[in-house]
Amino acid sequence: MRRESGGRIDRSRVLRFTFDGRELTGHPGDTLASALLACGVRIVGRSVGPGRPRGIFTAGVEEPNALVGVGDEPMVAATAVELRDGMRAWSLRGKGRLDPAAAAVDARHDKAYLHCDVLVVGGGPAGLAAALAAGGAGARVVLLDGGPEFGGDLLGGRTLLDGAPADEWISSVTAGLAAFPEVRLLPRTTAIGYHDHNYVVAVEERDANRAAGSGTRGSGGGTGDEGGHAGGGRRLWHFRAGQVVLATGAHERSVAFPGNDRPGVMLASAARTYVNRYGVLPGRRAVVFTCTDSGHEAARDLAAAGVEIAEIVDPRRDGAVVTGTLADGEGVLTGVVIGGREVVCDLLAVSGGWNPAVHLFSQSRGRLRFDDALQAFVPHVSAQAERSAGACRGEYGTAAAIADGLAAGARAAEAAGLPARWQDGTRENGASENGVRENGVRESGAPEDGVRSAGPAGNRERNPLRVPECDEPAQRSPAALWAVPGDGGGDGGDREAFVDLQRDVTVADLGRAAGTGMRSVEHVKRYTTAGTGADQGKTSGAVTAGVVAGLLGASPGQVGTTTFRPPYTPVAFGVLAGRDRGRLSDPVRVTAVHDRHVALGAVFENVGQWKRARHYPAGGESMERAVGRERRAARTGVAAMDASTLGKIEVGGRDAGEFLDRIYTNVFSALPVGSCRYGLMCGADGMVLDDGVTTRLAGDRYLMTTTTGNAATVLDWLEEWHQTEWPHLQVSFTSVTDHWAVVAVVGPAAGPVAEALVPGVDFGDFPFMTCRESGPARVFRISFSGELAYEINVPWWYGAALWEAALELGAVPYGTETMHVLRAEKGFAIVGQETDGTVTPQDLGMSWIVSRRKPDFVGRRSHTRPDTASPGRKRLVGLVPARSPEAGVPGTPDEPPGSGMPGESGTAGDGEERPTEGAQIVAAPGDRRMLGHVTSAYPGVALAMVRDAGPGDRLIAFDGREIPVTVVDPVFHDPGNTRRDGIPGEARPLPAAADPAVTEWWRPERAVSPLAAFAGRFAAAAGTPGVTIREIPFLRMREIRGEAPKEGLRLGPGWWLAVEDPQTGAGGTAHIGMSAPGTGTEDARPDGSPGEDGVDVSAQRTVVELAGPRVRDVLMTGCPIDLHPAVFGVGAHTQTLLARAQVVLHRAGPEVYRVFVRSSFAGYLAEWLLDALEGL
Amino acid sequence: MQLIECPWCGPRDEIEFRYGGQAGIAYPADPAAVSDEEWAEYVFMRDNPRGWFHERWFHVHGCRTWFSIRRHTVTHEIERAPGASGPGEHSAARATGGPGARDAGDPR
Repeated sequence: MRRESGGRIDRSRVLRFTFDGRELTGHPGDTLASALLACGVRIVGRSVGPGRPRGIFTAGVEEPNALVGVGDEPMVAATAVELRDGMRAWSLRGKGRLDPAAAAVDARHDKAYLHCDVLVVGGGPAGLAAALAAGGAGARVVLLDGGPEFGGDLLGGRTLLDGAPADEWISSVTAGLAAFPEVRLLPRTTAIGYHDHNYVVAVEERDANRAAGSGTRGSGGGTGDEGGHAGGGRRLWHFRAGQVVLATGAHERSVAFPGNDRPGVMLASAARTYVNRYGVLPGRRAVVFTCTDSGHEAARDLAAAGVEIAEIVDPRRDGAVVTGTLADGEGVLTGVVIGGREVVCDLLAVSGGWNPAVHLFSQSRGRLRFDDALQAFVPHVSAQAERSAGACRGEYGTAAAIADGLAAGARAAEAAGLPARWQDGTRENGASENGVRENGVRESGAPEDGVRSAGPAGNRERNPLRVPECDEPAQRSPAALWAVPGDGGGDGGDREAFVDLQRDVTVADLGRAAGTGMRSVEHVKRYTTAGTGADQGKTSGAVTAGVVAGLLGASPGQVGTTTFRPPYTPVAFGVLAGRDRGRLSDPVRVTAVHDRHVALGAVFENVGQWKRARHYPAGGESMERAVGRERRAARTGVAAMDASTLGKIEVGGRDAGEFLDRIYTNVFSALPVGSCRYGLMCGADGMVLDDGVTTRLAGDRYLMTTTTGNAATVLDWLEEWHQTEWPHLQVSFTSVTDHWAVVAVVGPAAGPVAEALVPGVDFGDFPFMTCRESGPARVFRISFSGELAYEINVPWWYGAALWEAALELGAVPYGTETMHVLRAEKGFAIVGQETDGTVTPQDLGMSWIVSRRKPDFVGRRSHTRPDTASPGRKRLVGLVPARSPEAGVPGTPDEPPGSGMPGESGTAGDGEERPTEGAQIVAAPGDRRMLGHVTSAYPGVALAMVRDAGPGDRLIAFDGREIPVTVVDPVFHDPGNTRRDGIPGEARPLPAAADPAVTEWWRPERAVSPLAAFAGRFAAAAGTPGVTIREIPFLRMREIRGEAPKEGLRLGPGWWLAVEDPQTGAGGTAHIGMSAPGTGTEDARPDGSPGEDGVDVSAQRTVVELAGPRVRDVLMTGCPIDLHPAVFGVGAHTQTLLARAQVVLHRAGPEVYRVFVRSSFAGYLAEWLLDALEGL
Repeated sequence: MQLIECPWCGPRDEIEFRYGGQAGIAYPADPAAVSDEEWAEYVFMRDNPRGWFHERWFHVHGCRTWFSIRRHTVTHEIERAPGASGPGEHSAARATGGPGARDAGDPR
């Protein structure tokens, strides 16, 4: 029932909502719970187990009963939900069910990273005071509170401060805080986790704050929004704090007595809050059952609001306790039993004591102790740079909380390195208290000497940071009462004395647990499920400990608490995902040719973060048919594949060859300049780590290629050995994976196509395993298919044009599936496919690549270990279906080995039984001893790792079916390597109609920057207030090692990125108009030395420039480093993560940030940034 | 999310780093000369203490520097490892006291 007046609600406006379909009303300022109470709703749900009716029990996040569905959210505490107009809510009963048909929640959640000196959790009197003290010291402070208003318990009481309503004190403090530029106030923000190294995670009701014009104050001064953000969007804040002040208050607890779960039974503090804060009468005639003085204050306030107080039961006075409750037919409270005497009432306000909210403290690994005077668990020893203040460490009462908060805030600022000013020059010389980092352990509950005594005395005028005079009486110790013994028989008794209302755990349940011999509260928890509800036992945990202690004859301190774990309050999965959903769920890498693949209708596969074209179905082809067609083109004509994803690392320096000799199993120091060599590298354990072709570009420069998936691992590997074992070797490693786009032109007819694509190269003198450079292009004559092949490398910007040119010249596009078939037919192993970290080069039949001349290389010693040298190891073999006795004979190009190639012979699906990848190899049907497994399987061709098997052996591949197979040599196709130099007479004339505008890919106008396709969307985003976004394309960049260049960004020790000045270089094509191939090599270094100009990485990255006053608000949603202007000043630059992509971030001006992002990640990052702008 | 201090970049979130395992495991000077047991010890065996641990980290998403720290495996307290006196030096050599120190501007 609503009072005539009073409360912090706006009676001038009416909010309409429904509960279980009933149309009801409330007011702004209401929670859903207060509005339900005001409308006379007593039963808000049924309990999970016995289905008992339950009512609203608390007025906060600790609510165990009033869990309801609201809108899109299946289960929230009605006591913590602000009422909104049009809200649709319903009660829950029994066990919840996920509705798979439920519509996707479209609320827009995001994340943000923020660093601060002092993080204050909780905006009650202690937290406000702490923020004020720390903010006054000049600290960067964040103050957060779960509620829409700061003030904490003051909002629900009638405390007078300095003789005036507490409101005035709250207003003056919040106004003071708002005036500090480095203080950020975040209402409606609940800290849910306290992790290592002062990392605190919190959830902000961001849309609600924006609608209210509070919270999320942007660095450029955010504006209150006009209701456009009412979508329930939340923000997951990640705070990294120098110091943390926990001011999380305390939760009142109940007493376990029979019938204590009736609707109408409510915590005394909650009843008081409903009366004072929400202007709601939770009953007309109340009994107050209190073990605390605060219960008497609640009775006083209830009486003042017009509630008839039938009786106050305080066990400390005369031992009186409530022994039972009476209810009407619906189970709603109609009276209480006090030692056999019945008292009629419709509200029973209970106060069993207070539990300091030590959840975050405990999550931070702080140790608790049980305080006998308070009958509560309180913080004992801190584990992190943290201090608790106010009620959360048992300092009850407003004056004590404010004094404690002021002290904690000042201490925190001081520990964060800021001088404490709040005592107006009288600062005591207490030892700097810096939590665990300096002192090892700290008594969190220890009095902060000299601080509290500084309280209200003196300089009232000069010092706003004083403790106001407070009219609250001193609090006496509560009664140590956890449970009222049941009468032991019939209905009720211990079986209706509830400890955990949400889990329906009773005193009887705990008794049964103790009776089975359980002594650990953790066991009791798991046996009874006490404390495992959505409320995580906030109101019940201490009662559980108290009751169990009674059962065991121990003290609650000896029993202890169960472990507090994040999250403090339930968090929707969508909030944890934030903006990382849909196409932004994981960084995606694409090649320069990606859009062309899309246009060709390619089917993609994920290889690491790369999107690779798997095959190009034409006209609804199946994959098998498409692969058959693509394969035939590569084996009989000319085909092209986008091989840009291969890892590419420039290895440079005087000792580059020596270094490679130590890393690879074979020799590279003797490789002639201009030659390529296939290399295999092993781990120290001798197992194959990666492979690839490395080319000697110059005496001291090599270009290493790696497998697509291992590029980052290999670069890490090289740097690890160099930095940690061989730092004396003069060598450096520069990733150029994204700089070069690669198109492999493959097939007996590849020659003329490659020749047309790269003029200036003498194709008549271009032996296998050599490299040629011409203009911006590098051509490698290497083959992963067994056919004549050229891998043409050009800077990213020309990749798409080169691809189009190759297709214009008649090359048939083929994807990774065909690539796999082609290489499998040649018996080429793929690292990660045939190998799995347990395979040596010898196991692959590649002893030929393991040098016996080199004194050492990584892995060599392991090859002579008894295990790796054992003859019984699994080795790479080929498998063919056993039903073809002639199988294993290499097929002709048109007619592959084994059965016919579906798609070309028209015999697709001819019933051939071929094993699937992963099939187990056994010797005979029914055999169980595993000899190995199938590593690759394609029509007619399979590779396997098998022990004790040789060519001609018949085995069984078991994949659910038992498929007879015959072991053959793994080289199915052209074992004599006769086709690698092409087939005379196979060269076909180029298409006469080839358009030079397409085939001349090197024309300047063909250059495309990685974000060219985003230009329009970037321009459209200029409408975003406070931020503009653009690409600065085609900048010349070099990575330089050693001495600092004149201009450049320092990326690491002795490592620089020299960037052309966009002011002088941007906008034109002067720097892309490379000379055409064959007309001279730009930047030619006649001696091929790395020189001072380092490695050209111009196309490795592109630059996204963000400008405007709100750029930091964008970056903070995806960049974990401290971007505060005082820390990340103008000119600052660093390598870090943005949106989980590695970037170089450069603050080029006060409001100008440049993001250097690798070309393959650029599209993903652009999408992410545009999405961030949308959410500003 | 631990906060790890890179000697070059300063404190950064753990996600910017790659873990490098126990520090101070020296690559044998002459692998051919060690016994199978000694070699297996080098390749496979690492300490796993409950308490302080001398371990390597790699600032993979930052300056790409290997360095070592002392970290408590229970409390996650972190100390700069002996020998890592500050920016400009690596302390990553697996061999204690082995080669590893290198100047910032040293052209490799």
